[in-house]
Amino acid sequence: MAAYDADSSAGGDLAYDPNFVPDSVKTFVVHLYRQIREKNVYEIHQMYEGSFNRLTDRMFRESPWPTAEAVAPYVDGDHVFCLLYREMWFRHVYARLTPTPKQRVESWDNYCSLFGVVLHGVVNMQLPNQWLWDMVDEFVYQFQSYCQYRAKLKTKTEEELQLLRHFDQAWNVYGVLNYLQALVEKSNIIQILEREKEGLEQFTAVDGYDYQGGSNVLKMLGYYSMIGLLRVHCLLGDYRTGLKCMAPIDLSQQGVYTSVIGSHISTIYHYGFANLMLRRYGDAIREFNKMLLYILKYKQYHQKSPQYDQILKKNEQMYALLAVCLSLCPQLKLVDENVSTQLKEKYNDKMTKMQRYDDEASTVYDELFSYGCPKFITPSAPVLDEPLTNYNQEAYRLQLKMFLFEVKQQQLLAGIRSFLKIYSTITVTKLAQFMDVDEATLRTILMTYKHKMHSTDNDGKIVSNADIDFYVDDDTVHVVEAKPTKRFGDYFLRQILKFEEMISELEKVQLD
Amino acid sequence: MAKEAQLQVSYTVEELVAVNPYNPDILADLENFVNEQVSSQKYSLDANLCLLRLYQFEPERMSTPIVARILIKALMAMPAQDFSLCLFLIPEQVQSEEQFKTLIVLSHYLETARFRLFWDEVAKNRSLLESVPGFQQAIEAYAVHVLSLTYQKVPRPVLAEAINKEGLALDQFLEYHVANSGWAIEKSQGRSQLIVLPPNEFNHPELKKNASDSVSFEHVTRIFPVLS
Repeated sequence: MAAYDADSSAGGDLAYDPNFVPDSVKTFVVHLYRQIREKNVYEIHQMYEGSFNRLTDRMFRESPWPTAEAVAPYVDGDHVFCLLYREMWFRHVYARLTPTPKQRVESWDNYCSLFGVVLHGVVNMQLPNQWLWDMVDEFVYQFQSYCQYRAKLKTKTEEELQLLRHFDQAWNVYGVLNYLQALVEKSNIIQILEREKEGLEQFTAVDGYDYQGGSNVLKMLGYYSMIGLLRVHCLLGDYRTGLKCMAPIDLSQQGVYTSVIGSHISTIYHYGFANLMLRRYGDAIREFNKMLLYILKYKQYHQKSPQYDQILKKNEQMYALLAVCLSLCPQLKLVDENVSTQLKEKYNDKMTKMQRYDDEASTVYDELFSYGCPKFITPSAPVLDEPLTNYNQEAYRLQLKMFLFEVKQQQLLAGIRSFLKIYSTITVTKLAQFMDVDEATLRTILMTYKHKMHSTDNDGKIVSNADIDFYVDDDTVHVVEAKPTKRFGDYFLRQILKFEEMISELEKVQLD
Repeated sequence: MAKEAQLQVSYTVEELVAVNPYNPDILADLENFVNEQVSSQKYSLDANLCLLRLYQFEPERMSTPIVARILIKALMAMPAQDFSLCLFLIPEQVQSEEQFKTLIVLSHYLETARFRLFWDEVAKNRSLLESVPGFQQAIEAYAVHVLSLTYQKVPRPVLAEAINKEGLALDQFLEYHVANSGWAIEKSQGRSQLIVLPPNEFNHPELKKNASDSVSFEHVTRIFPVLS
């Protein structure tokens, strides 16, 4: 396995001996191995999140952990444990150091072996969901990182180019997608979720764990792979397929995806972004709003977590994307008060600028989109012989260009909204005069507004996103005020259930 | 027999896309399927996105005529957003080729309801677009859709410009829709005819079902134990 290259770019601790196993590490792996064998999920979680990070902080801030070969003797040489340990090993290198090209390739090999074992159905462990989520998340992250890495060819040494030529199968996009797909299929997770809806299966209620002596690993890796597939498709620019991969998960309810905060955020972030690109601004706004509210309420509980920085970063990105959505589709009533306050603090000026739809607005859209968007990738293998270039920005530039083109098309709608707010009826002629365009152009603008403010959902149904609407009768525009809707039905249902609960509680009370 | 075989192939291709989409070996099948969509006036966005993804993974295998056909079919699917979904997957260098620039301009005109400019541009590019049967009718349907979102009563010249029909052809078009789609024609004092479009929730806001107040069946089932 990878010997840590002391003279490579990966950190500078020349005293690192990959085969030296400090006592604390010995204790750590022995205990972890035992807990895994005894399926003590709670203890495993404590060690995974707690001890591992404490040891890292104390001893491995700038160097990798001891190699898997070095610790193997303390864990009976257990093959699967070593695969798991190696996965954590590489994840640590990516997080704290910089992986060497060789390490990138070896990490890929490790994932292949690890997923291979899981897919064969021979794994008998129960692991904490946090760990299983981290595995899938990291897998996609390292893929994204590798695509970025190999798209920067200008400064590569001959040695690095040779490596790319030789290990051309490492992190190939087919492999990545097919592993995720295989996990989804082999785990039967889609059928499990369907059966759960019919009450034939317990899944969400037990958080995916298996209380009958079985294993949760394949099932949960399958579940998280659906989110992984959404993410990969977003990175490729295929938003529709991404959303399709996620369709079995019902976002209108709590689910297993909400129990690990990393998976919750990743799901909503990518779901929202995909909807933004699909022009389903209403859906994007709703989901971003829910997530941002959640983070506002609960982030204090995650301050000590190693994921805290990531949570904050995604939080900021979602505010930026929310600002963009609201500028294209002003539906402020969909946003909670607290989120709205935060949003105004961060982006009030910028949102005003964006809604002016001039050249300056374009710059702001560019800025916020670029900040909030995922790190798009070019999935194809690099061409290694012609003049070497850096093309790692190409994918991002394409998505940005398409997005700004859409914004530009909506520039036509700049003036009309303000007029629709003032008038309840106005002739086409007059409105054209006020907007300083000829009648034919005005009619075009009216139709564009209608088209842009209505999106098509997955079943082909037309859904309105408009805050202000109108219809035209020959040559007169009639503006329609959107009535605030009172949701009586939902309210009554909730109260009925609440009272029932109260009544049954009261009935339990015995008076002496 | 030939028709059966045809049905068989498309069933298989769509199955492939659902079950094994990340597979370089289905590229040829997907390309054939695009041609089949064109000739038999079928359409499958998922299969076409699958193919565009494979082209993204292996750019040397990209066939620009096939991509052009996919884009034309996507245009015909408007108001659905398929055209831009496809463009997200097509690299910038390819998009800057002549035929794609033309298609992008056409899409732009349709997105911004500039129908006269659109039909003018179509006239300049007959060879490109006539290779896909059903193009004209599909765009007419989109134009009617946008008009139906916007107008209760639309003046004849506006309709004429949108669907690129005049005189006798327009009269025949109107006759057909009066008979089959619930349209009506009003004579307006001294001016052109007014076409009355069928009411829907977008041009007749009073028809808008207050959908947000309806309760889904699933939610109602929650109180069944209480009711019994």
